[in-house]
Amino acid sequence: MSPATIKRIVLPGLGLAIVLVLWTVISQTVAHDLPSPARTWAESRRYVLEPFFKDGEMNQGIGRLAFYSLVRVGKGFALALLIGTPIGFLLGLSKTFHASFDPIVQFLRPISPLAWLPLGLVIFQKSEPAAVFTIALCAMWPTVINTAMGVRSISQDYLNVGRVLKLPRWKMLTKIIVPATLPYVFTGYRLSLGLAWLVIVASEMLTGTPGVGGFLWQEYNSLVYSHIILSVITIGAIGLFLDRLMSLVEARVKAG
Amino acid sequence: MPFLDVRGLEKSYVGRRGTTRVLGGVDLAVDEGEFVAVVGYSGSGKTTLISLLAGLLPPDRGEITLDGARVEGPGPERGIVFQQYSLLPWMTVYENVALAVDAVNAGKSTAERRRLTEDLIGLVNLTPARDKRPRELSGGMRQRVAVARGLGMAPKLLLMDEPFSALDALTRATLQDELTRIWGERCCTVILITNDVDEAILLADRIYPLTPGPGAVLGAPIEVGLPRPRSRRHMSLTPAYQKARLALVEFLRSAKRSA
Repeated sequence: MSPATIKRIVLPGLGLAIVLVLWTVISQTVAHDLPSPARTWAESRRYVLEPFFKDGEMNQGIGRLAFYSLVRVGKGFALALLIGTPIGFLLGLSKTFHASFDPIVQFLRPISPLAWLPLGLVIFQKSEPAAVFTIALCAMWPTVINTAMGVRSISQDYLNVGRVLKLPRWKMLTKIIVPATLPYVFTGYRLSLGLAWLVIVASEMLTGTPGVGGFLWQEYNSLVYSHIILSVITIGAIGLFLDRLMSLVEARVKAG
Repeated sequence: MPFLDVRGLEKSYVGRRGTTRVLGGVDLAVDEGEFVAVVGYSGSGKTTLISLLAGLLPPDRGEITLDGARVEGPGPERGIVFQQYSLLPWMTVYENVALAVDAVNAGKSTAERRRLTEDLIGLVNLTPARDKRPRELSGGMRQRVAVARGLGMAPKLLLMDEPFSALDALTRATLQDELTRIWGERCCTVILITNDVDEAILLADRIYPLTPGPGAVLGAPIEVGLPRPRSRRHMSLTPAYQKARLALVEFLRSAKRSA
């Protein structure tokens, strides 16, 4: 076996095995209510092997549930980019705008999704738009901040080229400022997508909408603990997949 | 009044540790079509001088007049070739040059602007690389793009800020020869800033030494009495070359001692 295979396959496999053993031991000794890996699999196999079955609103295959969550995150993420990108550019471009709104941005940024959600429910009266609103509001900050930082760190040399050519404002923006900022913008997008996925669970738990997070909370209330673990693993896997996907997009943008 | 008239140009930078006087009253007169070099030590304020001429920095005192018009701020009639090339990395060679051509030829047809751009790329021998991006090019090729872009501004005055200083000696020699050829073909007024005495003598009609800062000023100009075309190989043996070189080096040395 080559050192590369050991590093890429054997060692991660070993790590996984150790975690499974520890999980089993804990479930047999200290936490008797925690389902063991074997029990989790036995109780979850139908959800995984038939990922798209639908018996009722809250009893569906994990693929179907993940799809609902992804659509919801997609909407919230899209809204976050739509609002966050222009705000980021304005913060970076205009000193007046920065002075007026940066304090507010810094103030709003650390607020937890749990705090926004009830407000969303009050405003929209329905759980679906409230969830999307919460995701967008929590996920947009990395986009705002990275875009603003990208604009501010554009090399003076590039700006001087535009100044010497006396480019009109619009051309300065499209030919120089936006392309120079793009790598930062996409770093912001990747971080925003990660946050959007983090927020989905909380917002689905609180609104009880069908999706991985909603399912997780419902199964907790129905005392089917193995399905909590199934949900957690699904959330992790999708989160990892989304991050890798965005990293690829980001790398492409950075390579120009 | 000369084509380019610079009078009493002063510039200081205010930093955390007080004010640094970079230029202390620079006077310069250049006629149309002349190739003038400014030679000075690193850190003597050469880049500050060219930024003032380009209008990228406002002077504290003094004024610049080009072709009868007072210089206020940057503009393409004073095309500039930056020391660090400053090519836009997200654009191809063609797009970098076209950015300048399109900016100054807004009135012309698309086909005409395209022809002008292709022409300039051909002039600097980059036609095979026209669709490459800067990071795929060598330092010498990048600087050629920068020269083509500078010429693309159709400048009355072309400013060059140590354009070849980042290149290896062989590439530098090639580009110096090409610059001579291009200047001969598209005769415009050039100010070349350099720290290379031989480069200045090879290329310029007249050389101004810049005293080491702070408060740098230009010394008396040295006329390069060498006929054109100049050949790098034979040039160094001629008395005119040796006279110009001696005068320059003498001036810069004694200015350094007294500074």
